[in-house]
Formats: sequence, structure tokens, C-alpha cells
Amino acid sequence: MLPGSAPAAGGTGMFVPAATAGTVLCCMCGVSMQPNPANMCARCLRARVDITEGVPRHAAVVYCPDCSSYLQPPRSWLRATPESPELMQILLRRINRPLARLRVSLSGAEFVFSEPHSKRLRLKLRLRREVLHGIVLEQTHPVEFVVHDRLCDSCSRAQANPDQWVAVVQLRQHVPHRRTFLYLEQLLLKHGQASLAIRVAAAPGGLDFFFGSRSHAARLVDFLATVAPIQTSTAKQLVSHDTKSSVYNYKYTFSVEICPICREDLIALGPQASRDMGGLGPLVLCVKVTNAIALLDPLTLRVHHLEEKKYRVYNFKAALTSKQLVEYIVLDIEQESPEISIDGSRYQLAYAQVARVSDFGKNDTIFTVRTHLGHLLNPGDHALGYDLYGANLNDDDMDKAMTRYSLPEVVLVKKSYEKRPRTRRWKLKRLLVEEDAANKAKGEEEKRLDEYEAFLRDLELDPEMRFKMDLYKNEDYRSEMASTVGDDIPTVPIEELIEDLTLGDDEEDEGEEAV
Amino acid sequence: MASRVKFENSCEVGVFARLTNAYCLVPDGASEGFYSVLEGELAGAVTVVRTSVAGTRIVGRLCVGNKRGLLLPHTATDQEIQHLRNSLPDEVVVKCVDERLSALGNCIACNDHVALTHPDLDKETEEVISDVLGVEVFRQTIAGNILVGSYCTFTNKGGLVHPQTSVEDLDELSTLLQVPMVAGTVNRGSEVVSAGMAVNDWTAFCGSDTTATEVSVVESVFRLRDPRPGAGALGSDVKNSMVQDFFTS
Repeated sequence: MLPGSAPAAGGTGMFVPAATAGTVLCCMCGVSMQPNPANMCARCLRARVDITEGVPRHAAVVYCPDCSSYLQPPRSWLRATPESPELMQILLRRINRPLARLRVSLSGAEFVFSEPHSKRLRLKLRLRREVLHGIVLEQTHPVEFVVHDRLCDSCSRAQANPDQWVAVVQLRQHVPHRRTFLYLEQLLLKHGQASLAIRVAAAPGGLDFFFGSRSHAARLVDFLATVAPIQTSTAKQLVSHDTKSSVYNYKYTFSVEICPICREDLIALGPQASRDMGGLGPLVLCVKVTNAIALLDPLTLRVHHLEEKKYRVYNFKAALTSKQLVEYIVLDIEQESPEISIDGSRYQLAYAQVARVSDFGKNDTIFTVRTHLGHLLNPGDHALGYDLYGANLNDDDMDKAMTRYSLPEVVLVKKSYEKRPRTRRWKLKRLLVEEDAANKAKGEEEKRLDEYEAFLRDLELDPEMRFKMDLYKNEDYRSEMASTVGDDIPTVPIEELIEDLTLGDDEEDEGEEAV
Repeated sequence: MASRVKFENSCEVGVFARLTNAYCLVPDGASEGFYSVLEGELAGAVTVVRTSVAGTRIVGRLCVGNKRGLLLPHTATDQEIQHLRNSLPDEVVVKCVDERLSALGNCIACNDHVALTHPDLDKETEEVISDVLGVEVFRQTIAGNILVGSYCTFTNKGGLVHPQTSVEDLDELSTLLQVPMVAGTVNRGSEVVSAGMAVNDWTAFCGSDTTATEVSVVESVFRLRDPRPGAGALGSDVKNSMVQDFFTS
């Protein structure tokens, strides 16, 4: 508004005289400016007053090169990537005190590029301070941080002795095969329980897990207790002793023994055991092992769950294991009772006429047996079962049972499928296990591979077992041309597979797990 | 000719000294350096009187006057009044004012023709001012401040006001006082212009902190340099009609 022109009227109709601010001369340099509390132009103010006086220009910060974390005194280490907000926070905290003391406030901060190996971090701060009669001045101020390298406590401990373990979990199962360990390995991978282990080593009869602290080992033992029937005993060994402060360092050992009964084992129950389980027939099949064993009487279709503690009372062993399964061909089948479902598994009592594949065509040995697989078998199918007729057993209970009862000659266990697709659409991850090179026997490698193949086949058959573990998509899978491999061969449906995470594949979406 | 002085290490010269065209009042107790500078400038033309007012040394802020008279607050002692009557020239009338606002120097700013006063001054005081000092009295505020005597100082030649005075106010004051006015600072940006300097028609004393720019402004608006009429003086181009008045008077 020009001086002398009509003043603006206030909204209420009141007369408000116009007031245009005049200009004064800056008292230092004489340039015309708007009056301010100091009556000095901004340049003279800045020249005269340095608000960053006393604010530190250099500071130090400590960095651990192993785990790329920065020290927050007195003792905490915080991870931060270069030029990240976390790093900015750490650096600003280092210079916060002197700023507060000088009554300078921070209105902004940003990183200035510095070479990563120069061990310097540069920040540009915008500082604000009140000077001279209430004028607030803002000024930029560079701060340089010198980075000192020092290993943090955990890294130095790891560095000093990388194999130093404090607790070990020795997992054993006294059976000749390794199926349980394959299954447990997949479970551990799914639940991430072995991630804290420093080392996993294979030992004759099982696995050893080494941990850096007792609580991690106890955590693994607790997990195993929920998934398998185990018996634990602990021991500790004194490593060192600080007399002045009474600190004792121990090495702890957890001996975990898994019950030797596995799935598909044939067990002959002793008379007392049979009676205690409510008259369960002397021959039982183990159908499921979780933290209790499920025993199925194939003739009466009764399932009994036996807990680990109760098992220890009887301590029976398997009479026949899955290694001794024999292949049979089903000649005729006659369903006896309707299909029932126990524990999520289906069974149906049926009479079957079977002959051993080795006998088939050569002689007329036919067995008529009662089986629980009535819902699966059709004439012409192949099945696997235990041959009690021709077996030579070393089992007291079995002898007793043979004399007392008339035992069936064949116990069918599962259906067998002829053709198998060459490659599978899915694959499994494996745990990194250190092999014990000294104890390798000849032919062990082959045995292991066979067991693994059998394990994968089992997985295909059993959706419940699949539910407990993670299956990943196999990128190398090419579906076979002859996709008519047989309609009844069970394969893993694609909805159950997880996309495997590959580095560099950004477009790939993450897991499409659906069960 | 504006000089820079310090009274006992304080740059607020206007607080301690009262300078008019006929006399100058200074307090006792300063170093001889101060007095010698003052007397050097004012020798002969102006009587320099050493006094206290109401027992204090803030003579400049307690009393106010021009060539015709001097007004003192009611707190001034009789002895001081007598001393002043004795020392000052006979033309100067010394009068005591019974006024609640006793810091007359902060409340009243005057030259030989016009006075600006605090808006809340008593009616009687106003009458006394116009009688004793022979001036026209106007109640005013300067940039929203009621202490006109602190934030504004003017002589018969020009005037300096608080730096945040608006342009309209400046115009209004100029018209009222009939002298060029400028908004500025003394003592390195201090807004209390009257307390920072003592000025009369031909000389001015500023505090030592006053920067060269401020001194030049002061010299310019109060026309203290050898004035060639109208040339280079601040305010010479503010209003043509006023300048014409100057020349013709």
C-alpha cells in the first residue's frame, strides 16, 4: 500500500489505520532493510554472531566390522547400515549433549557422502539458536565423525574360539535306519529350531547339536519333546572357575534318546503289555509317532496311544521293521466292515488273498489274511507287508505270542505303487550336517541315498506328514510326457509347494503356501 | 558534528545528560575525560551544569527542557532546584512539576516549538509544559510505545524515532513537528534512540557503540554537518512543501 492512500477498513467496520513498515539502515553496513530486533541485516548478523560456536566439529564413534554395528555407550551395540536412519540416530545421540548445553536446537541433519573405507562419517546439521534480543538464526554446521574399529563383545567371543560350545544335545535312536532323523531334520528346518546351533555333527546312531548357551540347547530339547517320544538326561562338566567372583563355567550335555519304535514297525506285545492296553492283540503295527506312539491292532482296528513314560515300563522292541517288508500281490479282496476313520486315517477291515511276488507264478502259495487296508487294495494291486510265515525272528515276545495265539502269516502294511515319476515337482531343504569321516563304513552312502528315496516316497503318500514340513517347488522339474503315469499314484498337489527364495529374482513373489 | 562518548563505561549518554540549545545538565562523578569532551564541544555557547536530580545521576531521564525552561519532577530536592536556578541563565525558568509519572525525560520529548508527551500525562502538567516551555503539546505514541521521550528525540532541525515506526506514523510526526523525521537506531542497533544520544541544534553526542552508519544517519537528519541548504540532508526530499517552508523561513 502506498503511503497516503485510504487505509483498509477492518472486517467489523472499525477504522484500522494502515501501518506499512518503513525501512531502516542496517547499523553495520548501511543497507536498507526491514527493522528487526537487532536492526542489523542478516549478513552482518551472521558475520558478527556465529551460533555454531562451541558446537563440536569432530566426534568419535565405535564400529564393529564383523557385525556392522555401532556402539551406543556404555554397552549396547546397534546394527546400522551406512547412511541409514538408524545410523543418523546413533550419530545425533553422540552430539546431543553439547547441543543441549549450548541451547542450540537441531532443525535438520543430512549425510554428506564420504568414502566407505575412509573411516569418516560426515553430517551436515542445521542449527538454530536465539541471539541478541530474540532473533532466531539458522546456520549449517558440518560435523565429522571418526569411526574407530573395535570388535563387539559377542564377535570377539566368537572370534576367540569359533567352535566353542557350551551345551550339546546328543540325539540318538538305536535303530539301524535313519528315517526318524530325516523326518526330524525337516521338522527342525520348518520351525527354525536348529538356527541357533553353532554346529551340527553326525554321530554313529544319531546327531549332535552344539550350542553357545544352555538355554538354546534346552529350547531344542523342549521342541523335540513335543514332536517325538524322547527321554532326556543331562550332565555338566566344569570348565573353569573364577574364585574371586565365584563364577563357574560349565559345559552342559543333554542326552536325548528317541524311542526305538518307528512307523510301520511290527511289534509283538508281551502278555502284560497287551493286558494293560486293554487286550490289544499280540501283534500291533505302529502307525504314527508323535510325542506318543500310536499302535494299531490290524485285526480289530483299534488304535492305542502309548506315551513315552508308559513305553519305558515295557521297553518292547520292534520285531520286524520296514527293512523287512516283502512285496505281495493281491489276488482277491473282500471288504468285511465299513470304512472307519481313526485319528484322521482311514481303515477298513477286509479279507484278502495274497501271494508273495517271489512266489507268484512259481508256486501256489496263497495266504488268506485279514487286513486293515481294505479301502486301498483292489485285486491286482501290489502291497508291502511282513512275512511271518517265512520269517526267522529273534524276539521272546513273538515266540510267546506264537505259542499262545495263532498268528496271521502275513500282515499287510501299505500299498505299493509300481511306476514312479523320475523327477519330482517338489524338493526339500537339508540341514547342514558335518559328516563324521572317520566312522564311514562301506556302502553307507548308498544306504543313505536309498533311505532318503524311501523317505521322499513316504512323503508323497502321506499328506499329514507333508503338512508338518515345508516343501519347495523344484525349478528343474519337467513334467513327463507320459503323464498317464497312473491315476492312483499319489503326487504332491502344487498348492502345497512353497516358492523357493532365489537371490536376484525380484519379480518372483514370496511363498504361496496353502494348506 | 556528532561525537562518540561513554559515560562511565555506559553508552547510554542520553540517560545521563540533558542537552538543549541554552544549557547542558550532567551528573557528578564521571571521569574528567567525559566532561572535557563535552565542554570542548559546547564551550561558550552553552552552560554546562553539574547536578543531580532527586539525588540520582539519571539526569537526562528525569528532567526535560528547552531554551526557555526546565521542568523537574516533584522528587527533586529544594537544594537541587536552588542550585539549578543559580547556575542556569536567567532566561531559563526552572519549574517543579507535580506529576505521577516522574521520569519526565521518558515521557516528554520537546524542542523549542513542539512537545510530544505520554498519552496518560495529567492535564495540569500539560498546561505547565505549554506555559513554561512555550510549546504546543501533542499526545502521541511511537511505534506503539507510550514512552515517547525514550523512543523519539528531535530538535529544531530534525528528529530520530524508533526503527519500527511505520511509514504513515513517520509522515504524521513530520507534519506535526514540521521537521524531517527518520526511523533509525543508535548504539549498534539499540531502539531506545533518545536514551542513547544527547542532541541539540548544532551538536550531538552518541554512545561509543554507535556505528558509522548510524552516525551518518544522525548527522544527516539533524543537519549537523556543514549544511548547504537542501543538499544531501536526510528528509530534504520528503515533502516539497515543507522544504519550501524551510527556505522561506
